[in-house]
Amino acid sequence: MLKPIGRYILLMLRVFKKPDKVKIFRKQLFTEFQSLGTDSLGIVAIISVFMGAVVAIQTAYNIDSPLIPLTMVGFTARQSMVLEFSPTIVSLILAGKVGSRIASEIGTMRVTEQIDALKIMGINPPNYLILPKITAAILYNPILIVLSIIMGLFGGWLACIVTQLVTSQDYISGLRYWFEAYTIFYALIKTVVFAFIITSISGYFGYYTTGGALEVGRASTKAVVFSSIFIILFNLILTQLLLA
Amino acid sequence: MIEAANISKSFGEKEVLKNISVQFEKGITNLIIGRSGSGKTVLMKCLVGLFNVDKGNIFFDDRDFSNMSIKEKRDIRQELGMLFQGGALFDSMTVEQNIMFPLSMFTKKSIEEKLERVNFCLKRVNLENSNKLFPSELSGGMIKRVAIARAISLQPKYLFCDEPNSGLDPMTSGVIDNLISEITHEYQITTVINTHDMNSVLEIGEKIVFINNGELWWGGTNQNVLKTNNKELNDFIFATELTRRLKK
Ligand SMILES: Nc1ncnc2c1ncn2[C@@H]1O[C@H](COP(=O)(O)OP(=O)(O)O)[C@@H](O)[C@H]1O
Ligand SMILES: [Mg+2]
Repeated sequence: MLKPIGRYILLMLRVFKKPDKVKIFRKQLFTEFQSLGTDSLGIVAIISVFMGAVVAIQTAYNIDSPLIPLTMVGFTARQSMVLEFSPTIVSLILAGKVGSRIASEIGTMRVTEQIDALKIMGINPPNYLILPKITAAILYNPILIVLSIIMGLFGGWLACIVTQLVTSQDYISGLRYWFEAYTIFYALIKTVVFAFIITSISGYFGYYTTGGALEVGRASTKAVVFSSIFIILFNLILTQLLLA
Repeated sequence: MIEAANISKSFGEKEVLKNISVQFEKGITNLIIGRSGSGKTVLMKCLVGLFNVDKGNIFFDDRDFSNMSIKEKRDIRQELGMLFQGGALFDSMTVEQNIMFPLSMFTKKSIEEKLERVNFCLKRVNLENSNKLFPSELSGGMIKRVAIARAISLQPKYLFCDEPNSGLDPMTSGVIDNLISEITHEYQITTVINTHDMNSVLEIGEKIVFINNGELWWGGTNQNVLKTNNKELNDFIFATELTRRLKK
């Protein structure tokens, strides 16, 4: 258990160095924005709309006391999306999508000696390969999460209108009810930490792949599993730290 | 000249290289031959610094590579090119981008100058007009040629080739061997080649060292490799009917 952690930390020390050529780093960053961020817009939007809708419908059906106003539906949808669904669940989904992609990309480069080729040239491969991915995810995932929140709230609204359980007016006034900007800050902090977890852990498993195609597959499974576990773990820790 | 002095390397319990001392000369093709698993790749990776040796020193023209700072090692790395067994082209990049990559990383050349160098290298390996192809679109022989072009783009003093013709048909193998040999003489490179291919040994083996089970077993040239009495070397060379007939 300690050995992989030590290896992970040593790898990160090599990742966080000044890039050899800033111009090339910038170019890589934009490629990664595309492949880690923009390519995930669709799935994030779809999942968020459905999550928001489900939360709204479930809340509406569970309010059977006349003492609880229907504005609670909007309020609950907002709190669930902002506090948990968008930052945590979407990050878990990204761990699957982006994590496996990173691990298999870097793992393939390892087993086909492309990483050795970089090293021979005098390039620091962890820095060259992993830093752009970590940076891109840390910068882009907050955008994805904000999008997810917006799409989720939209999904909730749509569900209310379509099922006619709650009026548009009630839902929207619920959304506005007792809004604390701090919750958004909390969501973004979580998102950034999770983005780092996903990209660095997946980079680690990819980088230390040995063998062939089979091992690349294994590395990418491990990347997803461990990213997810650490997201769940840090979700607990951060919640305790930031909301307690 | 590259010199390895008493180098040893183990993986766990397994001693893969046993106290090897050898010199590779400038301007000629130096071959490391031996059976699969004898330690050729490990030796080469020790020479280029992809593996750290457990013991011994490696000198690049009297510069002690094993005791250098990271900065000095980086400078030497730019003087060496390596051709990997599978080519190791960056598969997210086109042929042109692959060859341009070391130039972009380590020179301040303008884009025009870099393109000129890329095209020169491509021409040198007889692969003009494939600039925009991706590695997945290339045949085995073309991959090797692009890899050679990339390896020579920074005009290396030292060139390392790990099994340059593995997976190629005999004719393409010959083309690649000759290309490496020509480039070596033309640019006076110190070239080290790993191979278990007897055709290469006889065609381009100017200096030959035979590795057996991680030990340096025999050294010589392709003139005298066929005449040796060394049992293990003989077993290696005369493993095929063809080479046995050649002896007679
Ligand atoms: N990274 C490694 N870890 C452990 N053992 C290795 C490693 N690389 C090579 N070996 C072992 O070293 C021996 C020599 O391998 P190698 O140099 O690849 O042989 P070849 O002469 O075919 O190139 C083999 O027995 C191989 O299993
Ligand atoms: Mg080998």
